[in-house]
Amino acid sequence: MKHLSKAVLVVAALTLAACTDPSRLGGGYGGAGANGAAGGLNDPSNPISPAYFQQTIGDRVLFAVDQSTLSDGARATLAGQAGWLAENPEYDALIEGHADEQGTREYNLALGARRANAVQEYLISRGVAPNRLSVVSFGKERPIEVCSNESCYERNRRAVTVISAGGLGS
Amino acid sequence: MTLLKRLTSVLVMALAINAVAFTLQAQERTGPLRIEITEGVIEPLPFAVPDFVAENRAANDMARQIAEVVASDLSGTGLFRRIGSDAFISNITSFDSPVQYADWRAINAQALITGSVNVTAGGRVTVKFRLFDVFAGSEMGGGLQLGGTTTSWRRLAHKVADTVYSRITGEGPYFDSRVVFVSETGPKSDRRKRLAIMDYDGANPQFLTDSSSLVLAPRFSPTGDRILYTSYESGFPRIFVMNVGNVSRRALDDQQGAMSFAPRFGPDGNTVVYSLSTGGNTDIYKLNLQSGERTRLTSAPSIETAPSFSPDGRQIVFESDRSGTQQLYTMPANGGEPRRISFGTGRYGTPVWSPRGDMIAFTKQNQGRFHIGVMRTDGSEERLLTASFLDEGPSWSPNGRVIMFMRETSGAGGAPALYSVDVSGRNLRRVNTNTAASDPSWSPLLP
Repeated sequence: MKHLSKAVLVVAALTLAACTDPSRLGGGYGGAGANGAAGGLNDPSNPISPAYFQQTIGDRVLFAVDQSTLSDGARATLAGQAGWLAENPEYDALIEGHADEQGTREYNLALGARRANAVQEYLISRGVAPNRLSVVSFGKERPIEVCSNESCYERNRRAVTVISAGGLGS
Repeated sequence: MTLLKRLTSVLVMALAINAVAFTLQAQERTGPLRIEITEGVIEPLPFAVPDFVAENRAANDMARQIAEVVASDLSGTGLFRRIGSDAFISNITSFDSPVQYADWRAINAQALITGSVNVTAGGRVTVKFRLFDVFAGSEMGGGLQLGGTTTSWRRLAHKVADTVYSRITGEGPYFDSRVVFVSETGPKSDRRKRLAIMDYDGANPQFLTDSSSLVLAPRFSPTGDRILYTSYESGFPRIFVMNVGNVSRRALDDQQGAMSFAPRFGPDGNTVVYSLSTGGNTDIYKLNLQSGERTRLTSAPSIETAPSFSPDGRQIVFESDRSGTQQLYTMPANGGEPRRISFGTGRYGTPVWSPRGDMIAFTKQNQGRFHIGVMRTDGSEERLLTASFLDEGPSWSPNGRVIMFMRETSGAGGAPALYSVDVSGRNLRRVNTNTAASDPSWSPLLP
């Protein structure tokens, strides 16, 4: 059921391809990976699929506490993302910035915006057209890990690049 | 009335000089019945509220329920202690009969509240009540009569309790008020959030939105008729203003590519301050609701958010990490040079100016713990009122005596709940909600 709904979401995204509405995007919040029919856009072995981007290129980078600077590892991941986006110009990307729960709500929204922006700027510096990128902050609203210690927090302090079919006027 | 005026001025002065600790004039008092604010130990004032007298059959249930709500309001402050009816020697069977003071003195009831209720076939409710200073052997203030409907009977009870509270403490009333908050359900990784509204004590909860979009941090207008909040219904955080009466709503501002959040009304009800994030940078803006004119109030590469007006509308307190960590600053309402007011260890956020104008409540984060605290508007006399894994987002009661906030527990099963605490740091209480709840905003006193 879960897999089916993911697949439906992506198909819907391909069909509608709204310009800025992230609700169209499969795999939002950087949750579990998408899987689907072999050879399709949800097939992680298909290098032009969002699933491949998510799982093989790496759709997310992590941040230190209260920081938005990109580590060397993060830059390497983002270079890979930029390369994939260059090869797959039919896709746009929404960058979601997230924070862990150690912080107040408003501040974490602002911090998530900083993180998403750091990723956006880096992707642009690697040649991705700015009009293919948009950003949103979820602050501490959408943790993927739910324990209350650093092993979870470090995975929640993230920016996730969510791929969607675009190019229809964004 | 002169007695009330005298008490009020004395108590307000005491508060203005230094918040806050209550002590009660105990049995051996020589003056009138009152709760006096001094530095001292609290001994709640014993009071009796017999069931109100039902003036007709239709009023039977309500006469008992109103007395219960009055008692619950007063006991809930931590300043009063209810004497159970099983201790009563006298019964009140007629609203106009003379009070047998000796019977109430014998059970040490310092205050006695009596009342009557009449309910018409058309659903009109009339409540009368009197407050007695038992040991002085006299009525305290005149009797009052209140009118309402069977659907608003709790408000009548809150008004009775507000009058009693104000007469005895000299403080402003706050029981006849509501709270808007975020109702939360579902797992921590996929929380469903809905705006909800309830009476200040948790009664009469109602949802204002469905769970289709993430919603955050609702804030009441100064007259309680509208609510500002942040919603992700467009996919991005955007501020909406909702009319409480008919639940209609509209987006406040529409700037492409921007995220807006942390809104609050100014005291004029027409000005909104909020944060806008563009290009990763968050600053504070002001919007005139009528004209649509927007003014940028801060221009710094740091995070500026969580603005809150002073009640006179002349200043704004906000948080900024321009110094390297989250700290509190004040600035003129039209922008201008901010002045840092928080200097303790740790990080400070979510400042809220008190309706009295004399204090600022805030969230403080220090050494892995969160606190709700208060300080003077210049940052002096900081006091922490609470401590837990995560306490956040204070909101003032209409009279500036009580703070409601959210407390979230840790771990996978962690969930938020609403709590209130007296500004003295006493009387920490959980507020009843049907679901997990966060982001409370206390309304002004209802009209």
